[in-house]
Amino acid sequence: MSTWEIILQLLITGLANGLIIALIALGYTMVYGIVELINFAHGDVMMLGCFLALTIVGLLGGEVAAPWLAIGLMLLLVPPFCAALNWMIDRHVYRPLRNAPKLTVLVSAIGVSFVCVNLGMFWGGLPMEVFGGGAQAASAKSFPDLLGYHNLLGNDAVVQLTSKEVMVAVITVPLMILLTWFVSRTRLGTAMRAVAQNPTAAQLMGIDTNRVVGLTFIIGGALAGVASVVAALYTTSISFQMGYRNGLDAFTAAVLGGIGNLPGAVLGALCIGLARAVMEGWVPNGGQWSNTVVFGVLILVLVFRPTGILGSRVREKV
Amino acid sequence: MIRTALAAAVLSLASWSAAAESLTIVSSLPRTGSANAQTTSMINGIKMAIAEVGAKVTLGGVEHTIVYEDWDDASPERGAWDPAVEAANADKAIRNADVMAYIGTYNSGAAKIAMPKLNQAGLAMISPANTWPGLTKPGIGEANEPMVYRPAGNVSYFRVVPADDIQGAVGAQWAKELGASKVFVLHDRELYGQGIAKMFKLNAEKLGLTVVGFEGVDGKSGNFKSLINKIRSQKPELVYFGGTTETGAGQLAKDMAAGGLTAKLMGPDAFYNSALMTSAGDTALEGRVFITFGGVPPEQQTGKGKAFVEAYLTLYKTEPEGYAIYAYEATKVTIDAISRAGKKDRAAVLAALRATKDFDGALGKWSFDENGDTTLMVMSGNTVKAGQFSFVKLLGQ
Repeated sequence: MSTWEIILQLLITGLANGLIIALIALGYTMVYGIVELINFAHGDVMMLGCFLALTIVGLLGGEVAAPWLAIGLMLLLVPPFCAALNWMIDRHVYRPLRNAPKLTVLVSAIGVSFVCVNLGMFWGGLPMEVFGGGAQAASAKSFPDLLGYHNLLGNDAVVQLTSKEVMVAVITVPLMILLTWFVSRTRLGTAMRAVAQNPTAAQLMGIDTNRVVGLTFIIGGALAGVASVVAALYTTSISFQMGYRNGLDAFTAAVLGGIGNLPGAVLGALCIGLARAVMEGWVPNGGQWSNTVVFGVLILVLVFRPTGILGSRVREKV
Repeated sequence: MIRTALAAAVLSLASWSAAAESLTIVSSLPRTGSANAQTTSMINGIKMAIAEVGAKVTLGGVEHTIVYEDWDDASPERGAWDPAVEAANADKAIRNADVMAYIGTYNSGAAKIAMPKLNQAGLAMISPANTWPGLTKPGIGEANEPMVYRPAGNVSYFRVVPADDIQGAVGAQWAKELGASKVFVLHDRELYGQGIAKMFKLNAEKLGLTVVGFEGVDGKSGNFKSLINKIRSQKPELVYFGGTTETGAGQLAKDMAAGGLTAKLMGPDAFYNSALMTSAGDTALEGRVFITFGGVPPEQQTGKGKAFVEAYLTLYKTEPEGYAIYAYEATKVTIDAISRAGKKDRAAVLAALRATKDFDGALGKWSFDENGDTTLMVMSGNTVKAGQFSFVKLLGQ
């Protein structure tokens, strides 16, 4: 492989992984922008979405004859499920604690995360064919490879751009554009920005803050739901522990970009995806150091620019 | 009153005669819990070995009865081996001057507890099942292994099963037989996986294979797609992963298939469980994955091993479990060493065990090396066919 081919390949894989992290990071950063809560359960909501996706594929009969139908069905069912779950978590755990000290809410978020992880393990232990008959509740589960292996640049091409990477971009990028439009142009988006800037003033202006917060959790959850379908299709393997790692990556992305800032979260996520790709795919024996690099960069950013990369330039937090 | 006196007299008589003409072999294995089926079969093997010599051995012209005691090193609370019980077993064996050999343990963790105690007391320990390399081999396990198990400064622990690191050596040989000339070696950065991967690399280079990469991977990372790209650019025919199904073996197989990488994937016995199928699915594994496994299936035994399996079948009406033949072999070599020692003396038995050379047993002809390891390297090579593990051939012969 020539240097250019290597760079191109790293860009393709890095951006694909980064876009998935970005979808999760958006949910993180939106919730933080509105209620200043780091929702540690967010990654686990995404994990439960993956289990629902696998269950749907399983009910359709494993290796599906019509993959696009299965993908469509998953995109139709999983995001509402995750949105409802996220809304329920807010309604029953965070909202009663809205006026409690920040630490209380944070600890309960960790608690919710544990509950979700265990739900995921029980789910994986169901005696279903797709879960290996439930024999190994804790083991990672194979997700059917619905898109197969098709190199769009030709099967002999050195650089690989597969249908999976295209799928990631086709689903995630429009969604991000839609979200930006929603937040900046619609009435509800304006209300969200108002609550983010000053909840008390927003309430005085007649905005139902509880409704806006609930809506934020619903949108964040739906994005996590889409991310779960995309991640499951892309990595073709899921596990009850994946939420922790994905959540951590997304959280890092949000902080890196400037927490509370939407474009910042996407930028942070793409940086992480690319950094990992460079470490794993280019630096000799770099895979074991990729976490060190990612978190090292995070520390440097926090030391020299505590607000994150885009944190201070954009004033609005949503 | 009279009855008590009588009983005491009988007891002292019994103990006197026992002291004169009997010696004891004990085994310490987990009898309570999930390992029970395996250890029951192992104890059957031990009993067969003792019965074959009529439970007698002649030392210096005096016939000694071999008394065998089956001790449990598990506790009901844990349902598995218990450090406290294992320690108590070792102490009990040391206190009883009749005990000439300690057969066990089943778990390497339990061995770590019994080994220093027995070594200090100069009592021989023979394991039919421990595979952790650090118990005997310097430079593979932790820095203070194995000297930490040898406070007396000599070898008093022996094992008849090949240790885990042999899998690296045997795997390299198999990789060559499978037609690989360039291999890429990965490991999960854990003690077990990294040790095996190192041994694979070392032996692959000795056999003239080109190792085009040796990398530690993050088993918890979501996918290995970038890594696969790097591997693909090196064009290896085989990828070796020193890792487990918990540290990404299934994900690696999936990403190799998804990345259009046609290289074979080889791994150690930690691949050999059903979690591999669950995490990778059948299609990613079929014809791609090759696994080395320490035990040799009973139906693959030949010669004396075959005779053992047949005798076992007639006696117990069921197939022996995987480790039964190793327990049988451990007992056979112990009895052989005691009779070569020629006297009921722990030091003499130890010296005889260390001197074991070309022992012609059920597993073949083998010796103990200077670390107390068997010189045997026979393992089984397996692959996956239609979602099931399937035996391919014997390795390391």
